[in-house]
Amino acid sequence: MFEYAWLMLAFPALGTLIIALFGTRLGKRVVGVLAPAMVALSFGVAVWLFVTLLGLPAEERSHEVTLWQWMATGSFKVDVALLIDQLSITMALVVTGVGFLIHVYSVGYMHDDARFPRFFAFLNFFILMMLTLVLANNYLLLYVGWEGVGLASYLLIGFWFEKPSAADAGKKAFLVNRIGDFGLALAIMFIWTGLGSLQFTQVFSRAPEVWGAGNATVKIVTMLLLLAATGKSAQLPLYVWLPDAMEGPTPVSALIHAATMVTAGVYMTARSAVLFGLAPTSAMWVAVIGAVTALYAASIALTQVDLKRILAYSTISQLGYMFLAVGVGAYASGIFHLATHAFFKALLFLAAGSVMHGLHGELDIRKMGNLRAKMPTTYWTFLVGAAALAGIPLLSGFFSKDEILWYAWQKSPVLWLIGLTTAALTAIYSFRAVFVPFWGQERDKKLHHHAHESPKAMTVPLVILAIGAALAGYIGLPRLSLIEHWLEPVFHGSETAAAVAGSAEAAATAAHSPIEWVLLGVSALVALGGAYLAYRAYVVNTDWPKRVRESLGWFARLVENKYYVDEAYTAIIVQPLKDIAGWFARTVDQRGIDGAVNGVASVTGWVGAQARKLQTGLVGLYALSILFGAVALLAWLVVR
Amino acid sequence: MTFPTLNLPVISPQIVLVVAALVILIADLVIVQKRILGWISLVAALGALATVFTYRPASPAFQNMALADGLGLFTTAAVLIAAALALLLSVERVADFTRHAGAYYALILLATAGMTALTIASDFMTIFVAIEILSLALYVLSGFNRRDARSSEAALKYFLLGAFASGFLLYGIALIYGATGTTNLAAIAQGIAPLSVSLPFAPLLPLGVGLLLVGLGFKVALVPFHMWTPDVYQGAPTPVTAFMSVGTKTASFAALIRVLAALGSHDRPWLLALAGLAVLTMTLGNLAALRQTSLKRMLAYSSIAHAGYIVTGLAAGNPRGAEGALYYLLAYTFMNLGAFAVLLAVQRREENDVSVERLHGLAARQPVLAVLMALFMFSLAGIPPLAGFFAKLYVFSGAVEAGLAWLAIVGVINSAIGAYYYLRVTVAMFMSEPAADAAEAPKPGWPVMATIAIAALATLLLGIWQFPWMQSIIQAVSTLALR
Repeated sequence: MFEYAWLMLAFPALGTLIIALFGTRLGKRVVGVLAPAMVALSFGVAVWLFVTLLGLPAEERSHEVTLWQWMATGSFKVDVALLIDQLSITMALVVTGVGFLIHVYSVGYMHDDARFPRFFAFLNFFILMMLTLVLANNYLLLYVGWEGVGLASYLLIGFWFEKPSAADAGKKAFLVNRIGDFGLALAIMFIWTGLGSLQFTQVFSRAPEVWGAGNATVKIVTMLLLLAATGKSAQLPLYVWLPDAMEGPTPVSALIHAATMVTAGVYMTARSAVLFGLAPTSAMWVAVIGAVTALYAASIALTQVDLKRILAYSTISQLGYMFLAVGVGAYASGIFHLATHAFFKALLFLAAGSVMHGLHGELDIRKMGNLRAKMPTTYWTFLVGAAALAGIPLLSGFFSKDEILWYAWQKSPVLWLIGLTTAALTAIYSFRAVFVPFWGQERDKKLHHHAHESPKAMTVPLVILAIGAALAGYIGLPRLSLIEHWLEPVFHGSETAAAVAGSAEAAATAAHSPIEWVLLGVSALVALGGAYLAYRAYVVNTDWPKRVRESLGWFARLVENKYYVDEAYTAIIVQPLKDIAGWFARTVDQRGIDGAVNGVASVTGWVGAQARKLQTGLVGLYALSILFGAVALLAWLVVR
Repeated sequence: MTFPTLNLPVISPQIVLVVAALVILIADLVIVQKRILGWISLVAALGALATVFTYRPASPAFQNMALADGLGLFTTAAVLIAAALALLLSVERVADFTRHAGAYYALILLATAGMTALTIASDFMTIFVAIEILSLALYVLSGFNRRDARSSEAALKYFLLGAFASGFLLYGIALIYGATGTTNLAAIAQGIAPLSVSLPFAPLLPLGVGLLLVGLGFKVALVPFHMWTPDVYQGAPTPVTAFMSVGTKTASFAALIRVLAALGSHDRPWLLALAGLAVLTMTLGNLAALRQTSLKRMLAYSSIAHAGYIVTGLAAGNPRGAEGALYYLLAYTFMNLGAFAVLLAVQRREENDVSVERLHGLAARQPVLAVLMALFMFSLAGIPPLAGFFAKLYVFSGAVEAGLAWLAIVGVINSAIGAYYYLRVTVAMFMSEPAADAAEAPKPGWPVMATIAIAALATLLLGIWQFPWMQSIIQAVSTLALR
């Protein structure tokens, strides 16, 4: 049964190949069926494997499937192999399930695009790479998927490359991600040399023995993994690519923000739970970065006026929650939030795309208003998504966020407080994004006049996602904790590792106590309070936000300008690097030939003259470089 | 008196190549259809490759002057593959830049003979002679484009500086001879291992090795002995650049690996010197490549950077580093040759270089070519699962294993910088509108496309199914006396 797991990868791979090779000849109709169908088939396999796993006792739910022998040097070998367990199949379900709905939606959304087949080839490729990432049984294959989703996101973000902003955003995503990848590549080398294996099962069984708790190498490795995760999952300080990534077509944003790409960092950290268990300091860093990013990004989301940009910062903020969760050792809660977030964030982006579709590309919420009259389905589904995001009780986001806050509380009340503050901000900006565009008066008459509801291919996925966003939380009801019991065996090793590290209480399954109910009540109040505040500020008393903004003065401007982080990066890193490169191009690269050639009209017969010119000129310089190099080298070898 | 055993089969590839070169020179006088000469030379290269796979004499030849061990056979094969691909590439376009096709093919074969001789040379004398053979042929080949003034200048520069560097090499060999009393690598290995510091002329050894590094460093373009590289790569005819950029590197690095392995296993001060050269080479190569508009020049600086990565594996001084370097050389052969082949495919007949602007919108005009070029660029940038990624992974982990984690970090940072200029090429092809005056290059014929396709296939295969390749690399390294 499990030997057929490769089919999950085969379908999107086949889709990519067929569409890339014959897409234009097949036509839009065929491609529009083929691409979603491939993901649907993949989803089918995932469901089948999931059901099979459910039928097995908990300790038999981990299976490795070797496809072929990949590389082997001496005793070290790595295979192209898949690991099917509770964690990977959960991820695969999210990726293919949400991915499928986004594919269907895209058929409608991209219908008039000239490069329709190319888009779907990329989209299938994206799914393929993400599945490679989550199904890999070793760090190397994971890295293949890791770089692969980076490449896919670059291609898709820059899909409308005629827009310079889109092309730049694609490049930015790729290059910033490379910084994170650098961390993962180094971590892989350290794991390889330290443990002699890259296969997850072997790494996690050897690490406690070879490295032990608090070992310097394991600290370095986990910090490098954290760097990698901050790049891919858009956390401080490497989040800068994600807000720009919305330059891509909206379904791409939905895919990147919800099902694929950004969840990779959370998944990888959760997968490496054992290593983080051995390095409690690194785990703490994960939690702190997560908490700070959550608050930071939420504050920016509050000030943005572009609907997709609000959602982009909200993704960063929500990923911060997931980091907080995995950082405090609540891996299952992190993955739980990842799953519920996938639903409501995909929903919100696709609904935003629907708004954009209906308003001919307009995204500035200040120009919208009273859209609920024109786009009822979009409005209702968006409302469900925003409420779930805000953590309104009984919707999915409420349960998953509350669980994270509960674990954060056990680790440190400070982290909990940051999380709670973020929750309040989240409720405010979520409902701002509901009230400003969908309620009140139409602000731009012409825009409003032309507004229309989107076609079925777009609204049906919205409705399905809305149902998911509303109900997905019930797999993780407090006390029942289905998802926690399901995932718990995967992270079992990390508890043992943490026990070795002497912080058993951190990872031990939290005892449910009355405080949990109190905190639950507090979060519910905060979410509802935030929503009410948003109602007061953006529906009832609309000049209130302006007054608040004025009273805050420079701080408001700082937040509105996203803390000037992009500008700072440009000034500190990008510009100096450009200058250095320019300096090299001018000074080091002598372009000797150009100068010499200008003086010589015809070559034949002039070689002698040239030789003289060259000997006195650049050749001498080149030789001097060799000589200096030689002298320095010899001096070092002798003096040393 | 016993006649020394020559063990001629060891040099069968060289015999095939040289005989073929002579045949071509004679045939040039009678055959009018010059294309046939190209096919003859291609057959010769493939024939030489066949001898590598059929004869496997591991015993030394010519009184320990040559040794076709695992390292020799592997690198010989790599050089011959590079030569065969370069010849396939030349057949179609050689008429663009010369009327002396016969001489051109003969020289390529002679350069190949020199390179393959270098890969099996196990005595400083043979090393030196082999380097001179390959260099002399390449000096002439660099200047073969008589229509381009840069080509003649490139040849002249390469020649003058090459002669200069040969002096260092020879002097280094002399000092090592002075320190050890022999030029034979096997004898040096036996002599140095137990003695090391107590040799009578101990300081001579590091000095000699240092000078040797200058000489070989020039050939593989290590900073600061690299300055000829961009000028020569840009000036030489594109198929020649494609060939020399990979063939010379493979052969010279093979010799360097062999020499370093022979020079003992403890107290190796030159390893740290190599690490320093690696840092300089990759950093300067990458930074200088960032702003180039000429693609040949960009690839020249990129090849400098890659030499830096390969040296990282050598500086590790352990088997994994050496394995990594060998894997790197094979990977680099395919991906770099493929990239140059694409340049040739988009180059107009009268041109000898391609600017980035010329690639604008290539994806729309020639999608297959653009996709394959992107593959080469991604591999050069080190993106998995392509060969270039594993090459870097192997050499850098060799460095980590040797306790040179800082070197690996510098290397990884460098490959992040490098990704930028490779990405720029991809952006130009896929995300830019073609320039207004984009006059079409001649449609590439099947030999050029075949070269590109083979290189692309190998770049991919080396990455996703590397078990068989790594087997022969591990075997090659295991015979060396590395720790």
